Amino acid sequence: MSETLTLGKALNLGLRKALESDRKVVVMGEDVGKLGGVFRITDGLQKDFGEQRVIDTPLAESGIIGTAIGLAIRGYRPVCEIQFDGFVYPAYDQIVSQVAKMYYRSRGKVRVPMVIRIPFGGGIGAVEHHSESPEAYFAHTAGLKVVSCASPQDAYWMIQQAIGSDDPIIFLEPKRRYWEKGPVDTSTGIEEAYPLHSSRVVRNGTDATIVAYGPMVRVALDAATAAEPDGRSLEVIDLRSLSPLDLGPVYDSVRRTGRCVVVHEAPSNVSLSSEVAARVTERCFYSLEAPVSRVTGFDVPYPAARVEEEYLPDLDRVLDAVDRSFTY
Amino acid sequence: MANGERDVRPPGMETAGWIPPTNGQELNYVQLLTPDGERVEHPRYSVDFTADEYRGLYRDLVVIRKLDAEATALQRQGELGIWASLLGQEAAQVGSGRALRPQDMAFPTYREHGVLYCRGIDPIMPLGLFRGVDQGAWDSSLHRFHMYTIVIGAQTLHATGYAMGITMDGRVGNDDGEAVIAYFGDGASSQGDVNEAFVWASVFNAPVVFFCQNNQYAISEPLERQTRVPLYQRARGFGFPGVRVDGNDVLATYAVTRAALDSARHGQGPMLIEAYTYRMGAHTTSDDPTRYRIASEVEAWQARDPIMRMRLMLERENLASPDFFADVDSHAAKQAVELRERVLALPDPEPLSIFDFTYPNGDPLVAEQREQFAAYLASFADLGGIDGGERR
Repeated sequence: MSETLTLGKALNLGLRKALESDRKVVVMGEDVGKLGGVFRITDGLQKDFGEQRVIDTPLAESGIIGTAIGLAIRGYRPVCEIQFDGFVYPAYDQIVSQVAKMYYRSRGKVRVPMVIRIPFGGGIGAVEHHSESPEAYFAHTAGLKVVSCASPQDAYWMIQQAIGSDDPIIFLEPKRRYWEKGPVDTSTGIEEAYPLHSSRVVRNGTDATIVAYGPMVRVALDAATAAEPDGRSLEVIDLRSLSPLDLGPVYDSVRRTGRCVVVHEAPSNVSLSSEVAARVTERCFYSLEAPVSRVTGFDVPYPAARVEEEYLPDLDRVLDAVDRSFTY
Repeated sequence: MANGERDVRPPGMETAGWIPPTNGQELNYVQLLTPDGERVEHPRYSVDFTADEYRGLYRDLVVIRKLDAEATALQRQGELGIWASLLGQEAAQVGSGRALRPQDMAFPTYREHGVLYCRGIDPIMPLGLFRGVDQGAWDSSLHRFHMYTIVIGAQTLHATGYAMGITMDGRVGNDDGEAVIAYFGDGASSQGDVNEAFVWASVFNAPVVFFCQNNQYAISEPLERQTRVPLYQRARGFGFPGVRVDGNDVLATYAVTRAALDSARHGQGPMLIEAYTYRMGAHTTSDDPTRYRIASEVEAWQARDPIMRMRLMLERENLASPDFFADVDSHAAKQAVELRERVLALPDPEPLSIFDFTYPNGDPLVAEQREQFAAYLASFADLGGIDGGERR
């Protein structure tokens, strides 16, 4: 059965299902309880599951993650919310020094089955620290997995899969897409859902492979739609999992198209697109007609809201990159 | 004192070497056993041990000091990469360690080898960590003693979250309730995480005892670089009780910790215990305390030794024969020799084991790297030579 839901509502329903199916799941973060979250992602959950399972925490990110580690050691499955991307940094030490390493250093005796939900990305006209793309800091950290949903369907299932996984997972939610609607099939079981760490071809094409994730999947699809009347057929792949990367479908695609463009909001220097470009070049060297190109935010701090649209990749910049790829 | 509640070093004495007052009143701490081995009473705290139990505490103190000294020696001989000695802090660790009930959980720093011993963990475990064969291999759930945490103060949040889990499990409110002890030092009390742990513990009424071993130094930085107020009083600002105990008095430390844990397990929430003690050795074997403290200060604390006062008490109260002390010494010496032999026999980990346990569900990149590295290592075997190939 398919419903049309916003991405935010899909997350809300997915969280509800997770809370229903395992009483060890605990949701915690600033304003997640009574308010239902500043984006209403946890709306209604505290009312139905109680204050011990949906917890309004004190205002300290390191404390949220650190106490969640203790809960995990005690046998709980914490789902932590960091209210905005730019506020994850106070928790960074607990995440990379503790969450990421606990299983390894204990030689498998201590698991931290934690999900850290973070609304990320820009395009919402916000003040500083509310439009960041910190995914590279976490993808670079061994011991963490990082995923990003781009559609309501993926939001609904990926949040449940992440909560069910014993790996610690950074769950990046494209906040500018929270209000966009899409079909969600809630009728299948979780076992039949598309695998959490698999990438997905979201549009077939023949002339170039556009690789994106999170908020930029929509931009890539819009670029492909715009390119069609000009006779360009673009294949769009949603990475979905940033660590581990599932690049098999990307390699298959590039071996057919010969051209690859990677799109993300985060700056280019030492980014996810650097990693994708390196690996695609290693594996598809003889298939490439042009270098892998990258359409990214600039290597400056995220700018003021009135000029953020100049910073953020849009469909024109994606098409421009595709055009330049064809000059080779 | 002229400065009211502040008992930091008097002006002008900062670099002269501080002679601690011998009178427990000035430091406002709980004491049941003086440095001279005399029993004193306290209106609120007391212990009631059998002769065997008193002797047992003494034995614990001596054994852990001996094992700690052996570890320091092993480091000097290149068998351990580094060692963080607990010298001088034996009473704080045995007193609190023995106060834990079997169902309680402890979150240590990286110096609580005495508590580890009291929890029944094989004393070779921390030596494996400091030798570098592993990163702390004991099963923390089996012994209710978590792994060592080297990031200063981080474990106080883990302890608090665990304690919140105890409440959520409904395991507070009676004698069988569970409590948590979170160890940290005077330096750690400045860390944001420790203060955030105090916030969480207070607002969620978590069953956690924060046990601060104030050993007067954070590497080279003295107490007054971390606080302008006695550490036990910090708790008041967060809304829970704090008490200072003579950390070199195993009886008082036991009594105060036992009371705090029992209060927590009955649902009365967190407490802060400041165990006032002294780091007789260096911060670690890489440290040189002569660069920042003077001999007379160390000597003054030597006179407050935790083990000497227990011995004097046992002798004074005829709780132990002369043979007993000799037996304890020889038992401790034997333990130390055995520990040494076992450390020297610890095998290095297999190279490919570095890829294990990165993720519960594994990871394709890690698996790929493991495969590639295994092939790389195997390629040296193909080069021939007496042992196969040698990597340069």
